[in-house]
Amino acid sequence: MIRKKKPNLLISICGIILLAFSFISLGIGSISISPIDIFYTLIGHSSGNSFILFNYRLPRMIIAIIVGASLAVAGAILQIILKNPLASPDVVGVTKGASLFAVASMILLPNALTIMLPISALLGAITVATILLVFSYKQGAKTHSFALIGIALSAICQAGIQFFIVKFPDNVNTTLLWLTGSLWGRSWNEIMFLIPCLILLPIMLVFARKLEILGLGDKVAASLGENVQLLRYSFLSVSVILTGASVAVVGSIGFIGLVVPHLSKRLVDTNARRFITMSAILGALFLLVADTIGKGLMPPVEIPAGIVTALIGAPYFLYLLRREKNK
Amino acid sequence: MTQLSAEELTLTYETNTIIDRINLNIPKGKITIIIGANGCGKSTILHALGRLMKPKQGSVYLNGKNIHQYSPKEVAKQLAFLAQSPEILEDLTVEELCLYGRHPHKSLFARHSDKDKAVVEEALKATKMDLLKDRTLDALSGGQRQRAWIAMALAQETDILLLDEPTTYLDLAHQIEVLELLRALNQKHKNTIIMVLHDLNQAASYADYLISIADGEIYQEGTPNDIFTEEMIQHVFGLNSKIIESPVNQAPICIPIGVI
Repeated sequence: MIRKKKPNLLISICGIILLAFSFISLGIGSISISPIDIFYTLIGHSSGNSFILFNYRLPRMIIAIIVGASLAVAGAILQIILKNPLASPDVVGVTKGASLFAVASMILLPNALTIMLPISALLGAITVATILLVFSYKQGAKTHSFALIGIALSAICQAGIQFFIVKFPDNVNTTLLWLTGSLWGRSWNEIMFLIPCLILLPIMLVFARKLEILGLGDKVAASLGENVQLLRYSFLSVSVILTGASVAVVGSIGFIGLVVPHLSKRLVDTNARRFITMSAILGALFLLVADTIGKGLMPPVEIPAGIVTALIGAPYFLYLLRREKNK
Repeated sequence: MTQLSAEELTLTYETNTIIDRINLNIPKGKITIIIGANGCGKSTILHALGRLMKPKQGSVYLNGKNIHQYSPKEVAKQLAFLAQSPEILEDLTVEELCLYGRHPHKSLFARHSDKDKAVVEEALKATKMDLLKDRTLDALSGGQRQRAWIAMALAQETDILLLDEPTTYLDLAHQIEVLELLRALNQKHKNTIIMVLHDLNQAASYADYLISIADGEIYQEGTPNDIFTEEMIQHVFGLNSKIIESPVNQAPICIPIGVI
């Protein structure tokens, strides 16, 4: 195995790329704005595009960054605590739970305030996570029981979603758009729901070392003085909140939580702080790129970001599986 | 010197009682080896002694205080537990693994201090892993990997070292290498070593104190010369045997004759 020589340098480079790309993404859309105009508008020397920029593009960019980072870190946490490189927020059922509740609220309460949608998605994520915790606790909180119970809960939620779609075909359009996951039309109002992510992401960096210890195996972690069950539940909760809040705002965008941690692991060493940081940066970059492609490919028509992440993520994932098999 | 003991210790898996009200007093600064047939609960006892399992009844005492009244971290500073064949962690170097041994001694924010590095270096030297410290664990032989894990446990700087079948999956030469290493460490640092071993003759040869487990209870305990008898082996393992004296170190040796 080759040691990764300069992980910090690599993280910095990816950080700079993210920064540069956020700037570029602001200019892309149904009206393109040149980087120079963006710069002048941001520092307040030009006001031509300031409405579009400040009310649409900037919040959308910020949401893409926070959601991308959160989904990637949620996946990174799960891959370590479940000791399964294929674990992701989808596997433990959290995404599907959020989707089921969101779909139910869209179809059953079509006239409710728009704020009901993210709230019900968050509720769905928390409900599924609670059921997951209760059931897995009875199984002694073993790693594989989390995954198996999660898959079962996912299937139940999926059935529920399908029931709503089949039963109420008239209102199905917005539902389907939401299920694909999109950042279209998101504004400052939705950023509020991402406050938990803004709090939890830095906290995760502080506790990264404990995550690393947990990754050594339950008995090793316990003999190094960690309360394994408490740690696993805490990290699982963090992962659920990150996912729930993200899904609440952008709908169910797949593949970020699965693919990004995988890629990050190959780029940095075993230090969990660097692994989390790298996952966050690449997750943000992935969603930002997906959204920018989606809105820039054939404006004014938008391709939902969820479709783009799947189009990029799925082939990469297949490539990874092939590679693992050949090892 | 840290003292480890147990009183009225009852250990269960769900409703199955594995160990029924045993009392233990582990001799300080000695090598204690627990033997018994498969599934007799010897490994379970070791887990309870290492605070990795909560007793159904009775208690394990660390320096006279119930081990579950300590925080996990406080226990980890006094007692290191090496699980049977831990996972093979790719990507991790021997030195990095060894540095994890310093975890219980550090706060969440602390970086590796000079002392940490010195302790790790010492542990690597003691286990003869210093030249391999930059190798990743998946690039090591079974014996080297086991030495790396022992180095990690040493870096924990504890008075007590618990090992669950440290020789499993190793060939004979590597088994002896690990046992010789543990004996050398015990003689040098006078730490208390408690382990579970499968090989009876190795147990008799390396133990200062033997504990044999049968039917959920301690059948006999004492020095190998006192308790390593044909009668004990017959009762504990259901095996007819003849005990002879080793021409090399005068330890008793069991020659199996047949199953009862």
